[in-house]
Parts: sequence; C-alpha cells; structure tokens
Amino acid sequence: MTFFKADGLAINFGGIKAVDGVSFEVEPGQVFTIIGPNGAGKTTIFNLVSRIYEPTEGKLIFRDEDITRVPPHEIAARGIARTFQNIELFEHATVLQNLLLGRHAHKKSNVIEELLFLPRVRKMELEHREAAEKVIDFLDLQPYRDSLIVNLPYGVRKVVEMARALCTEPKLLLLDEPSSGLNVEETQDMAFWIKDICNLLGITVLMVEHDMSLVSAVSDRVLALNYGRPLAMGTAREVQEHPDVIKAYLGE
Amino acid sequence: MRFIFKTSYAQDLRLFRDDFQRNWYLLLLVGLLALPSVVPDYLIDISLVFIYGLCGLSLMVLAGYTGLVSLGHAAFLGIGAYAHVFLYQDLGLPWLLAMVLAAAITAGVGIVVGLPALRMTGIYLTIATLAFALIIQEVLTHWEFVTNGLKGKAVNKPDIFGLTIDSDLGFYFLCLIFLAGGLWLTRNLLRMPTGRAWVAIRDSEIAAQSMGVNLALYKTMAFAYSAALMGIAGALFAHQIRFLAPDIFTVLLSIQFLLMVVVGGLGSLHGAIFGAIFVAMLPVMISEARDAVPLWFGAAFSLFGKDAGDAVFLAVDRFVKQPGLEPGIFGLILVLFILFEPLGIYGRWMKIKTYFSLFPLYKRATFKRQKSYMKSERLR
Repeated sequence: MTFFKADGLAINFGGIKAVDGVSFEVEPGQVFTIIGPNGAGKTTIFNLVSRIYEPTEGKLIFRDEDITRVPPHEIAARGIARTFQNIELFEHATVLQNLLLGRHAHKKSNVIEELLFLPRVRKMELEHREAAEKVIDFLDLQPYRDSLIVNLPYGVRKVVEMARALCTEPKLLLLDEPSSGLNVEETQDMAFWIKDICNLLGITVLMVEHDMSLVSAVSDRVLALNYGRPLAMGTAREVQEHPDVIKAYLGE
Repeated sequence: MRFIFKTSYAQDLRLFRDDFQRNWYLLLLVGLLALPSVVPDYLIDISLVFIYGLCGLSLMVLAGYTGLVSLGHAAFLGIGAYAHVFLYQDLGLPWLLAMVLAAAITAGVGIVVGLPALRMTGIYLTIATLAFALIIQEVLTHWEFVTNGLKGKAVNKPDIFGLTIDSDLGFYFLCLIFLAGGLWLTRNLLRMPTGRAWVAIRDSEIAAQSMGVNLALYKTMAFAYSAALMGIAGALFAHQIRFLAPDIFTVLLSIQFLLMVVVGGLGSLHGAIFGAIFVAMLPVMISEARDAVPLWFGAAFSLFGKDAGDAVFLAVDRFVKQPGLEPGIFGLILVLFILFEPLGIYGRWMKIKTYFSLFPLYKRATFKRQKSYMKSERLR
C-alpha cells in the first residue's frame, strides 16, 4: 500500500516554477522532513498537499487514493491535518473552541438538530469534547483551556495549533515550521512532542523545518529542496553532508 | 470575584453559565412581562426595539460571527415584509404560514445574494450587498402587482388561528416571543459545530478550510439564516408600521442595522440587543437634541449680549434642521465606536463588570488588544 506519495509535483505562478517535479514517498510511522533555503517551495508543497493550490502537474496519492482533485475541505476527513507557518488560529475564540473546530471533519449533526439542540447533538458534542480533552492532556494545555487565543503567548499558540490539528485525528500530520519563533527550551519540547505523536499516537509526520537540531533529532528521512527542485534525499546526516545541499546554503 | 467550578463537560453546554446568570435572565423576563403595566403608552415603540433586536441578531450572525459585512439588510427586511403581507393579505394564507413562507423566500434570496460572497471578501462583498439593496428597492417600487408601488400598502392586524391581535399589548408580547425564540435558536446554533465553523471562517478562512469546513456551504448558510431572521423581522415590522412603502427600506436603514451590531459589539448576542436599543432610541435622542442644542448655544452666547445669542440660536437652529444630517450622525457614531470602543456597548459593559468584580485590582490593560475589525486579507 502507498501511504503518501507525491509524484512529479509541479506548480507555476505565472512564469515562476515554485515547485518543479518533486517526487517523494512517506512511509507510515515516519517523520519526513523537507528542508531548504527560503523560497525553495517547502510551504508551497504543503499548500499543494492540503489542496489550497492546484498543482500544474503531478499527482498526490494518499492511502492508495488519488487526492489531486479532492476539494480542500475534504482533505481533513481523509486524514490529513496541518499547521501553518504564521499561526492561523481562530483568534477571537477560546483554545477549547479552536480544538473543537478541529473536530469539524467528524461532524455528523445537521442544522435542524443544532437549531433545536436535540439530545443527539448534545451527546455528540460531549464526545467531541472528550476527544479534545485527550489532546489537551497530551499536550499539557490544561491551564489555557478557556483563554482567548489573542491573550496567549506565541509559544503556546504554536502548541494550540498543533493540538487543533491533532483533534482531527489525522493519519498524516503536516507541520509547517513547528519550531519557528520558539526558544531553545520550547524547541526541545516540540521535538519530544513530535516523537510522541509519531510513536505513541502512530501518526505519520511530514514537516518543514529550518532548525537542523530539531530536524536531526526527529527525522527519519529528509528531503532538501532548492528553487522548487529536489537536491538530495536520505537521512538527516546524509542530506546535511550532501555537497549540493552545502552549496545551496553556503554558496561555492 | 466568583470562580466557576466545573465538574463535567456538560456544564459547558448549558444555555446559561450558571444558576446565578440564569436567575438574572429570569428577572429580566419578569421585568419585560411587567413593563407594559409601567409604560402602557409606549408599547408599540418597545415592540420596534424587539423587532430591531431580531434584525440585530440577523446581522450579528453574518457580520459579527461569520465576518461577512452586509449593507443590504434593509432589502431583506423589505422582502420579508412585502412577502408576508402579500401572502397573508392578497393570497389569504394563515398568518403563521405566511410568515414562515416569507422567511423561506427571504432565505432563498439570501442564498442568491450569498453566492457571490463565495468569491468576494471584505469591502467588495459589502459593496455588492449595497448594490443588491438598491436593486431590491427598485423592484419594490416597480413590481406593483405585489407591492402596490409608491402608493404603498396598508397592513392588517395579525390574525393567528382566529385570534386577532389588535391591541398594542398583544403585539408587544408577540414580538417578545419571536425575539426570545430567535435568540434561543441563534444561541443554539452558535454553540454547535455550525456556529464554530462561522467563527472559524471569520478568523481564518484558510485554517477553517483545512479543518474540513466547506467555506461555500457555511457562508451560504450564514446568508440564508441571517436572511430568514430578517424575513421574520420584516413580517413583524410590517405589522408594526402598518403601512408599507418602498422608501422605508433604504440604504440608510441598512446603515442603521450595521450601526446596531458595531455599536452593540461585534461578535456577541448581547451586543445585537444593546445595539437595537441604542438605534431605536437614536431618533428620539436626535429630535430632542434638535430642540435642545440651539437653545444651549443661544443661552451660552447671550452672555455676549442678546443679539449675539439670538443670531447664534438661529444659525445653529438652521444647521441642525438640515435634512441630511441624520446619515452623517449615524456615520459619525459608527466611526467613533470603531475607533474608541471596537467592542461596542457590550465590551464597555464587560469592562464595567470586570472593574467591579476585580475591584480594586482592575488594570486598564486587561482589555488592551489589537484594534482589528476585520482580519487582514492575507493568504487568500
């Protein structure tokens, strides 16, 4: 079975080839990291996978299904959740409400039931709450449960965003620069959590990251990109020592 | 300061936060039931506040919760009013059925108007709804078969299952029931996945989409629900004013509705009600001020002699009796609120409450936030 595969993925913005023929395959249970200099097309790949952008060429396969033409709001129900580089939380809602929105893909109620607040909806609401509480326990978010996002510090917001993604019960989790803006200690916490997500929850992680210590600590496989083209693929060490990668980062 | 001790998840699903809060609302209800015996002469005016409350609720769902600002809500009110009166009087349908159908028709129009909303955001959508409102006003003027055009249309008393509501008192309670029902339904929807999806769309479309929210579906739903509420409000409004004419449903009325939600406080149901009270009282305040302000100026300047006083009185009097002044005042209030109290009257109310519950430890920074009215249009 193919778990996740990008096959010859390409997208042009006008004349700019942001991503140009990128192929990779993610095995279940892996942490797969994409690295590359700024503007290499890492986040573009994420936006392609979560179907926000329409690929010019190429195919996306998830669990043996071609998801290249699936509408973006159905991606979460397929089992792919994501975080954003510049946190995209619902700022004027509480942490709990944010997490409960993460349960949206599992919504089974219709509007009439909701308008009248029938017992069935109440029961489902409690189930959603329980699922959200599990994630709160997992990521130690108890103190912030009822705080508005606007009142939270950046580091906590990063965790809340990951929590919201986990609430969708994903099989593949896309983390866009999980450590950006975090201090050293918070980055270490993040490394532990990513390992836990992979080992304890059995969720495959696809991540974009700049912090090489975090990349080396958690990644099973690393793909290096530059100008939308793949440079090297392998373990963190192999990729870091690859001459093309060194050239891309440091120049000749 | 009270802390709420939570022992079960079900506690967060309750309609009221705790018994304490519920009792306050019960007290309010008792007050509203007793109000007619205190001010028997103003019942029809208070009914208008209730109807405005429904309008505020409607626009609050759309602008305050889903982030789609509409300047076309007077048109929805007009469609609801005319549809109801046409069905009830010209076609002779039962009152309640006419109202439900009017709400359905308005919701249908809401969906049609909502469709471009899937492609437009922010100010562009607002302009589109403004254009829609102008078109509807023309339709109301020229579709004489239904609306009787500029000649207008007299509205009969409501007759609900043979029970004719011909007293102001009866109408007062009718409006109160509809407002309470509207509040209950809206509150239910807002604490459910649908309401959360709306808030999500308001705060970050891209994240909402990635979490599985079908943007097109939920935006259309917000438009439909908002329009349906407006349709019901329109039906009641027709009975309140007793005479329909197309020039009632102008853009100025739409601006008043927007004023309602912004002044009341975007993103809270309380705000819709506070805003409705404010906007309903505004014309009274303006007409009072029209009489009072020139006198004040005249009195102040008569210190420089009687002639100066009279001259200033006349000048100010002429200025405040200008016909186009009201839209200006509405606009000014809107701008002042966005600048100085973006959370509206409800925000001010929360601040006062917090001040007393934290006394003497309240600090002004408690409510300091980025002043944002709509999220910047990034990543779209």
